[in-house]
Amino acid sequence: MNHLNSEDEAVIRIQRLSLKFGGLQALSDVSVDIRSGKILAIIGPNGAGKTCFLNCINGFYHPYEGEILYRERDLTRLKPHQIASLGIARTFQNIELFSGLTALDNLMSARHIHMRRGALLGCLFFGPTRREEIAHRERVEEVIDLLEMASIRKKTVGSLPYGQRKKVDLARALCMDPSILLLDEPMAGMNVEEKEDMARFILDVYELKKIPIVLIEHDMDVVMDICQRIVVLDFGRKLAEGRPQEVKDNERVIRAYLGEE
Amino acid sequence: MRPCGVFDKSYALDIAIIRTWQHWAILISALLVLYLFPLFGSYYLVSFINLLSISIIVVLGLQIVSGLCGQISFGQAAFMAVGAYTSSILTIRYGVSFWLALPLSGIMAGAVGIIGGAPSLRIKGMYLAMATIAIHFVVIWLILHMQITGSFKGLYPMPPTIGGFEFDSDERMFYIIVTVMIIMTYGARNLMRSKVGRAFVAIRDNDLAGEVMGVNLYYNKLLAFFISCFYAGVAGSLWAHLITVVNTEQFTLLHALEYVGMLIIGGMGSIPGVFFGVLFIRILNELVMFASPALAKAVPWLGSSPAASLGLIAFGLAMAVFLVFEPRGLAHRWEIFKSSYRLYPFAH
Repeated sequence: MNHLNSEDEAVIRIQRLSLKFGGLQALSDVSVDIRSGKILAIIGPNGAGKTCFLNCINGFYHPYEGEILYRERDLTRLKPHQIASLGIARTFQNIELFSGLTALDNLMSARHIHMRRGALLGCLFFGPTRREEIAHRERVEEVIDLLEMASIRKKTVGSLPYGQRKKVDLARALCMDPSILLLDEPMAGMNVEEKEDMARFILDVYELKKIPIVLIEHDMDVVMDICQRIVVLDFGRKLAEGRPQEVKDNERVIRAYLGEE
Repeated sequence: MRPCGVFDKSYALDIAIIRTWQHWAILISALLVLYLFPLFGSYYLVSFINLLSISIIVVLGLQIVSGLCGQISFGQAAFMAVGAYTSSILTIRYGVSFWLALPLSGIMAGAVGIIGGAPSLRIKGMYLAMATIAIHFVVIWLILHMQITGSFKGLYPMPPTIGGFEFDSDERMFYIIVTVMIIMTYGARNLMRSKVGRAFVAIRDNDLAGEVMGVNLYYNKLLAFFISCFYAGVAGSLWAHLITVVNTEQFTLLHALEYVGMLIIGGMGSIPGVFFGVLFIRILNELVMFASPALAKAVPWLGSSPAASLGLIAFGLAMAVFLVFEPRGLAHRWEIFKSSYRLYPFAH
């Protein structure tokens, strides 16, 4: 665990990752290090393979080549729930919440990997299960305080507006007490005010937990402001990697975004 | 929603189901009335409550696998049959006491349920519903073609005894059945608000996100089927020793459909909904029993067949009406009533 605390240590090493759907090469030969204590942004035009990249890390897709090493362990053959229990949490581009549950229960469901009492004790409830529920509820309430969600705690998430649901999605990932946070377009479809709020929450989380965050985002202002490193993908290839200013000035990146003359 | 002016001062109070002394008073007096009921209630009503309680146990199981976990199952009648036959065989052939055979038949039905639920690992929705219908027929076929189950002649289990006391009448069985029903309700309600219940709902609402939260889909789907079929098995065992005759005619696909109907009319995902749904369909059936001879007499030119199928017509009509006008079932109506009662005289 100790080596994680030192900055610039690679927490996840992704080496020569290649993913194919039939004849479509979604990712080819992508190598990225996710370093501790850094916010890493992944940017690129639509269809560049950004979400595919996250889907490989958390086990939805299995690349045919390359490896994803997390603490010397290869993740490429593991199932999503196994990867989740290693502490890799993510949010989704299109908000994938449990729409029939309240915001609170959505967050409690994220404590799944930390809770131990099974079905039989769950049926009895009183005693160990109740104590466990209350202990985990306290952890969930910390996240609710952090993200200022107290007023929507008992609301069914299906009835919440878009911006609030995005927030529940982030809160749910945080409730897993993750060691890495993967955010897939947390600010898509938000107005400026909501974007500022979300950026503030992401920075709060980053300051508080000191965990590496991987962020896919289209809003360049946000990316330039809050990220320390940027990886640019285009047609499944890595175009550039570096500090925001370096990437901004990179010829190939400008060409990918604005096209050839 | 809490009534105005009620604040939860601790998380323990917030997650409690029975919250005030009024709740306790209502609960205890209702239980007292229920347990004293055979002393003053008519024989007809006592056996009606027996039937209701057994149906409630079956539908509670269905609520867990379909309402919570979202895996539609039409196999509930077959799993009930597994429980009924297991209990009968154990008590008749092997001299096992009913009190041991009751949980064992639940476990046996649960084990068969895991096999029956295995298709859910690959298929969802309508296709899974079709697969469970197939499982229903496989189970019934096996029962009919095995020696040990008495084939089409069925089995004749004995009423349970305890220290020489025989539970040989509906009034006496009432105490066993109602007690088991209360315990099973308690278990289902608590399961719903614990880790496993939330994992089930996660699978129902969004299985991808559930996996990302660390929910093992395979394990939890099979667990849901096991628990659901455990409920059906226990209900089957109670049924066998109440009726003391077991044959496959008691566990047809129509019964399975009826249980799914109770679930939909009551409301998916709600424990009170199970009670509402069972009450609704069972009372409807009783009304039809009174109405159909009257119908046959009043409109003689219809002959006897429409009157005989009045039950099916009423059931189908009720299902259609609920699916169109209140797909969330009576439980949803009940929630609306409760919140508007608490808000009265304000609208929201």
